Amino acid sequence: MAAVHGDAHGHGHDDHHPSGIMRWVRTTNHKDIGTMYLWFSFTMFLVGGFLAMGIRAELYQPGIQILEPELFNQFTTLHGLIMVFGAIMPAFVGFANWQVPLMIGAPDMAFARMNNWSFWLLPVAGTLLVSSFFVPGGAAAGGWTFYPPLSTQGGLGVDLMIFSVHILGASSIMGSINIITTILNMRAPGMTLMKMPMFVWTWLITAYLLVLVMPVLAGVVTMLLTDRHFGTSFFNAAGGGDPVMFQHIFWFFGHPEVYIMILPAFGIVSEIIPTFSRKPLFGYSSMVYATASIAILSCVVWAHHMFTAGMPTVGQLFFMYATMLIAVPTGVKVFNWTATMWRGSMSFETPMLFAIGFIFLFVIGGFSGVICAIVPIDIQVQDTYYVIAHFHYVLVSGALFSLFAGVYYWLPKWTGHMYSETLGKCHFWLSMFFFNLTFFVQHFLGLAGMPRRIPDYNIQFADFNMISSIGAFGFGLTQLLFLYIVIDCIRGGEKAPQMPWDGATTLEWTHLPSPAPYHSFETPPIVK
Amino acid sequence: MRSKSVVTLSGISALALYSSMAVGSKYNFPEPQSVIARDIYDQHILLMWICLAIFVGVFGVMFYSILKHRKSLGYKAANFHHSTAVEFIWTIIPCIILIVMAYPATKTVIAMKDTSSPDMTIKATGYQWMWGYDYLQGEGEGISFYSKLSTPRAQVENKAPKGENYLLEVDNRVVVPVGKKVRVILTANDVIHAWWVPALGSKQDAVPGFIRDTWFTADKPGVYRGQCAELCGKDHGFMPIVVEVMEAGEYSKWVAAQLNASAVKTSMHVENK
Repeated sequence: MAAVHGDAHGHGHDDHHPSGIMRWVRTTNHKDIGTMYLWFSFTMFLVGGFLAMGIRAELYQPGIQILEPELFNQFTTLHGLIMVFGAIMPAFVGFANWQVPLMIGAPDMAFARMNNWSFWLLPVAGTLLVSSFFVPGGAAAGGWTFYPPLSTQGGLGVDLMIFSVHILGASSIMGSINIITTILNMRAPGMTLMKMPMFVWTWLITAYLLVLVMPVLAGVVTMLLTDRHFGTSFFNAAGGGDPVMFQHIFWFFGHPEVYIMILPAFGIVSEIIPTFSRKPLFGYSSMVYATASIAILSCVVWAHHMFTAGMPTVGQLFFMYATMLIAVPTGVKVFNWTATMWRGSMSFETPMLFAIGFIFLFVIGGFSGVICAIVPIDIQVQDTYYVIAHFHYVLVSGALFSLFAGVYYWLPKWTGHMYSETLGKCHFWLSMFFFNLTFFVQHFLGLAGMPRRIPDYNIQFADFNMISSIGAFGFGLTQLLFLYIVIDCIRGGEKAPQMPWDGATTLEWTHLPSPAPYHSFETPPIVK
Repeated sequence: MRSKSVVTLSGISALALYSSMAVGSKYNFPEPQSVIARDIYDQHILLMWICLAIFVGVFGVMFYSILKHRKSLGYKAANFHHSTAVEFIWTIIPCIILIVMAYPATKTVIAMKDTSSPDMTIKATGYQWMWGYDYLQGEGEGISFYSKLSTPRAQVENKAPKGENYLLEVDNRVVVPVGKKVRVILTANDVIHAWWVPALGSKQDAVPGFIRDTWFTADKPGVYRGQCAELCGKDHGFMPIVVEVMEAGEYSKWVAAQLNASAVKTSMHVENK
């Protein structure tokens, strides 16, 4: 550890680094790499968003208009893969790169060169995914969960997807090991584990989950690859395999993955709510324990995605009870945030608005989650628009809103400029309005019986689909406003003070000027 | 005066919302037509009330705080950050609520999984992209047919006006008698499909190379429509399921007609194989 520390320290003294494009290619600086992660994820967010616009345009009216069914399936599949692996996950890693060293008082990430490598794998994987649209047979069309035997049928696009997932997995594992090592070894003197900011805690737990489950995903896609090309029959009943085994292995990765995308969001919100309430986080230690319990429980609930796949009664009951239990630590978190706000002295700048919007909509997503956990009800709503509504409430108004909150919160520290508060508030209210317009009505569609992943539907679903599509177009356009706000803030604007938010207590605000210098905490701060 | 009218208005709208939920299937599950579907419907309503109560409780507190505890109103922040008693209470109460939810659900799960002693058994096979049905046991044993989407292509391509049952109509319906326990065993020929009829509360994946089963007992004669609920390729959205429930007498007539016509059909079917 001392060697690592010393090396990073030494690097700080010769402050010359390549300029132009080579600065970004060769950089080992956590701030540069964090920035690249964030821009990459935003680019992928726009690509995935474009696919979503295509889906919603096709679903605007009954009948087939612009996307033939096969292409429609490619759009839904790639929308899911790109948003999960290309947009949300790298965005959180970007936050970890920027914020973890700043918040624990470390000079950089523990493995600076590996950090560069884990970022530069991403554009390769992203290119593979996007280019699969242009190969013969088109992109993978078996859904983002790529269940065999359907995904065994696909063409070259499926193979590109498999390689892309391998590369993304390698990147995530390296990123996670880096984060774990940094947090465990490079905290400033005096910062015990139970004094770490919540964001750092949630990322530590998330990184462990990633190291646990990404190899499982890599394994399952490899099995799919050998089934497709090398004559194995892991998932082929005719050769002694079982298609449902794929689902078990996939969801053993897939369910913790859901929490990988939401735990850092909890972390960001747990930084923002106390800051703008000007009051310490209520129940810090219970927040830590709740996060850990959610992570542990998330590993034993995977089959709740498979209640209709067929399993014994006892199996269904076990997975139902385990899933319902997750509501308890999640509830504790929501109550703690509420108690943090209670009798605070609140102000409502854009980060706080997005954080409150997050809690409000995430709770709705949590309620529909409990409803989906109840086996008999899930039998009805599984694979319908109800589930689409549920996971967009936790992933868009959950994960994505927290990312917006975090960007607005830390932009002054990253750029040294204040963003436009007026435009930020516009972005929030427009996002809030269009998000609910898009997804709330999808609950009704699912209850009334509209399956997901269909390009065309009965006329009874027509009016809600039209409302949903209008909302989606509005939501998509609103995100261009976000792009403008961020670029505007980078290029100039009101100079940000060291501590633009009165209630902030973490090291990046108390110890570093805005913008944070290229090399920070070369001498570790002392935490009391 | 004004607050009174606000309360009245919100009371009326809440009532209107709930009654629209209860009658119209537009905002809720379709009207349940089997005992399992009824259980599911009732549990969903129960959960909605519990969620609504929690929602009002949590966000009542939060929005009160947002309105009153503002810096712009000059409110000074308190400094408490811990209370073991409070945290204990809000861990225990959700556990109790969950038990209340889990109890009826457990009973329904056990009932749903009990496919024993059926009055008749039908095998449904998923194909890309249609369903095949074989009546294996009970009245109608030996009947066998395929069931394909009957909506004309022109309607899908927007060249003809769409009918009421657009994409939810088939050439051959699955016909079953009212009030009889029907066990449906499922498999698939190529990829995974799922057999789903919302009004009967029945959904089960059809897995190639494996047998799964589910059951239903229809309460009333009628036609109940559903769709394949597992992505199965290009025409996943175009393989509906239509179940027609008949009175016992009518069902016997249907069976007789099918069996008479099937002698020729069956031999053709065998030759095709």
